[in-house]
Amino acid sequence: MKAYPPGTEAQGIGPGWRTLAAALVLLLLPCFSSMLRAQTDCLACHADKTMQDASGHSVGVDADLFHSSIHGSLSCTDCHTSIKEYPHPDKPVAVTCVACHADQAAGIAGSVHASASAHPCTSCHGDAHAIFPKDDARSAVYPLNIPRTCGTCHASEALAKKYGLQNVYSVYMDSIHGYAVSKEGLLVAANCMSCHGSHHILSHKDPQSPTYKTNIPNTCGTCHGGVEAEYSSGVHGKAVAAGNLAAPVCSDCHTAHAILQPTLADFRMQSTPICGSCHKGRFATYQDTFHSQLGLLGGYVQTARCWDCHGAHDIRPASDPASPVNKANLIKTCGRCHADANTSFVQYQPHANPRNRKLNPALYFTRFFMNLLLWSVLGFFSLHTLLWFIRSKREQGRNGPTGEAKHD
Amino acid sequence: MTDETGARPAQQPESSGQPQASGKEKYYVRFTLAQRYLHVVLFTSFLGLAATGLPMRFSDNPTARFFAREVGGFGAILFFHKFCAVVLTLAFLYHLKDIATRSFVHKEKGIFWGPTSMVPNWKDAQDLIGHLRWFVGLGPKPQFERYAYWEKFDYWAVFWGMLVIGFSGYAMWFAPFFAKFLPGWALNAVLVIHGEEALLAILFIFSIHFVNTHLRPDSFPMDMVIFTGKETDEEFQKKRTLEYRRLAAQGKLEAKVGEKPVYWWVNFARVVGFTAILIGLVLLVLTLIGYFGNA
Repeated sequence: MKAYPPGTEAQGIGPGWRTLAAALVLLLLPCFSSMLRAQTDCLACHADKTMQDASGHSVGVDADLFHSSIHGSLSCTDCHTSIKEYPHPDKPVAVTCVACHADQAAGIAGSVHASASAHPCTSCHGDAHAIFPKDDARSAVYPLNIPRTCGTCHASEALAKKYGLQNVYSVYMDSIHGYAVSKEGLLVAANCMSCHGSHHILSHKDPQSPTYKTNIPNTCGTCHGGVEAEYSSGVHGKAVAAGNLAAPVCSDCHTAHAILQPTLADFRMQSTPICGSCHKGRFATYQDTFHSQLGLLGGYVQTARCWDCHGAHDIRPASDPASPVNKANLIKTCGRCHADANTSFVQYQPHANPRNRKLNPALYFTRFFMNLLLWSVLGFFSLHTLLWFIRSKREQGRNGPTGEAKHD
Repeated sequence: MTDETGARPAQQPESSGQPQASGKEKYYVRFTLAQRYLHVVLFTSFLGLAATGLPMRFSDNPTARFFAREVGGFGAILFFHKFCAVVLTLAFLYHLKDIATRSFVHKEKGIFWGPTSMVPNWKDAQDLIGHLRWFVGLGPKPQFERYAYWEKFDYWAVFWGMLVIGFSGYAMWFAPFFAKFLPGWALNAVLVIHGEEALLAILFIFSIHFVNTHLRPDSFPMDMVIFTGKETDEEFQKKRTLEYRRLAAQGKLEAKVGEKPVYWWVNFARVVGFTAILIGLVLLVLTLIGYFGNA
């Protein structure tokens, strides 16, 4: 279709009408003409999806898809502003989204993706002619599509290495959040954006970042509000709030991307050493107990792990009457597994140290006696048997082999 | 606490129907079938307890975790451990019942005292000293009665071990019940006691008992008497000179003559016995790795 020069439609009409019509046409034509360019003029060539420019880049547009996209009502020249008429230059000026999306562009500019590439918008939002609202399942930034979209770069081992990042895509996909997104199709499940934000993504080292250590409880609390409230009432939450960055936040115990369902055997096994990475002494004594020994062997994960007794999010000191390990609550706490727990039973020390004479004298001397017995018996009989063996060998050497049982 | 066998040649079903292969060697019955079975039950359940107990004791050892996972995790391990414990407990109770019946019902003599008793006596102390002197060439080799001092030690070590390990094991199994009459710290102590005493038992049986009884040059590679129940005249005389002479003097020797153990039974017993020794030695190595690897 060819473009009509303006003012050719109104010939043969009376002067009064002519003036009015000319005024109307003059007023409306710029609109019509640009509309015509969007819908028809440009697509006259560019609707050919196989169309390529001189350097081999695709310049074809899927017209139907474009019309149904969020930008479908715009004209081509709204974005391709350097094109005024046909024929247009071979190399039009690159499209920038900033003219309309200034806020988002400002966000990107201050983010880790500021220098990501020449086309930061399309790397996440996909084909510029097929951008859909984020609640449209066809959108690259639809909640269920986000992991895959971010994964186009962040699942790459090479990129992770280049920027010193961990390649977290696969562990996220295996996590409870990844599972909820990819398998359960839950729109509310945490995807990359839920924690990292979208345009203004900051390094976790930046205090403004939602993934900065002290912001993490708040970030996770966006969905896990109840847990956040519990956490902030416990020792860890209070310590972090008071500025103690050594105290754990959500991701220290649950990890950031590989978050598992907390009742899973793997989580129960992986998290106890995490508690132990700070509580070293308690972890060592725990490892001496039956609770730890049998947990380590797998297949029997019900045995008490740290949080089964101490609570998980609202951990309190044993002196706090609300703590499950407060003396007054022990029968109830132990009783959750040991149905017949009684006052004597709960005197069992889950962190007893048989090597500590001051703290656990009875246990210390029990172990001392058992070790004395062990090494004196073994020591005496090892010597006895060794001497006997040597003597018998020499005897045999003198007399020839004798005395062996011969039954057959 | 003895096992004076008496003459019970009827208790050898394995030789029934087999022709006497050779009349040259004379065999004596040394252990009854029940005693031999008790030994089999004892060592199979002990091997089972050791194989399942060691992974729990050294649960941070990779071999232990691998083994546990392969057999179905801790649940399977503990189930098998408890199963073997119950079997061994029943064997122990059977033995106690046997002792009681023989001494108090049948009024058998020599169970609690005398040359055939398991109870240590003055001669055992003398034999120990004499044996040690002989080891280093300071005296003649002592001659032994039915049970030598090291065998009595084995017996009482196992007896004491079963009481200690058994009691501490049941205290953990039924902790809330035992807590009704044990102080709280005892629940901590029973794990230490159970583990240390079991370690002693494992190290002792798989090294000292194996060498003393089976692997030392005079018996190498295995003393078959506990499997076949019989010993040749020559062996009997050489190993238990005093018992042989005493029985001869009392005219009881002929009553103990038995048939030669049949070929297949001896071979079968060898397979079983060597398997047990092999498992034991593997467990011994793993125990030492576990113990010294984490010390």
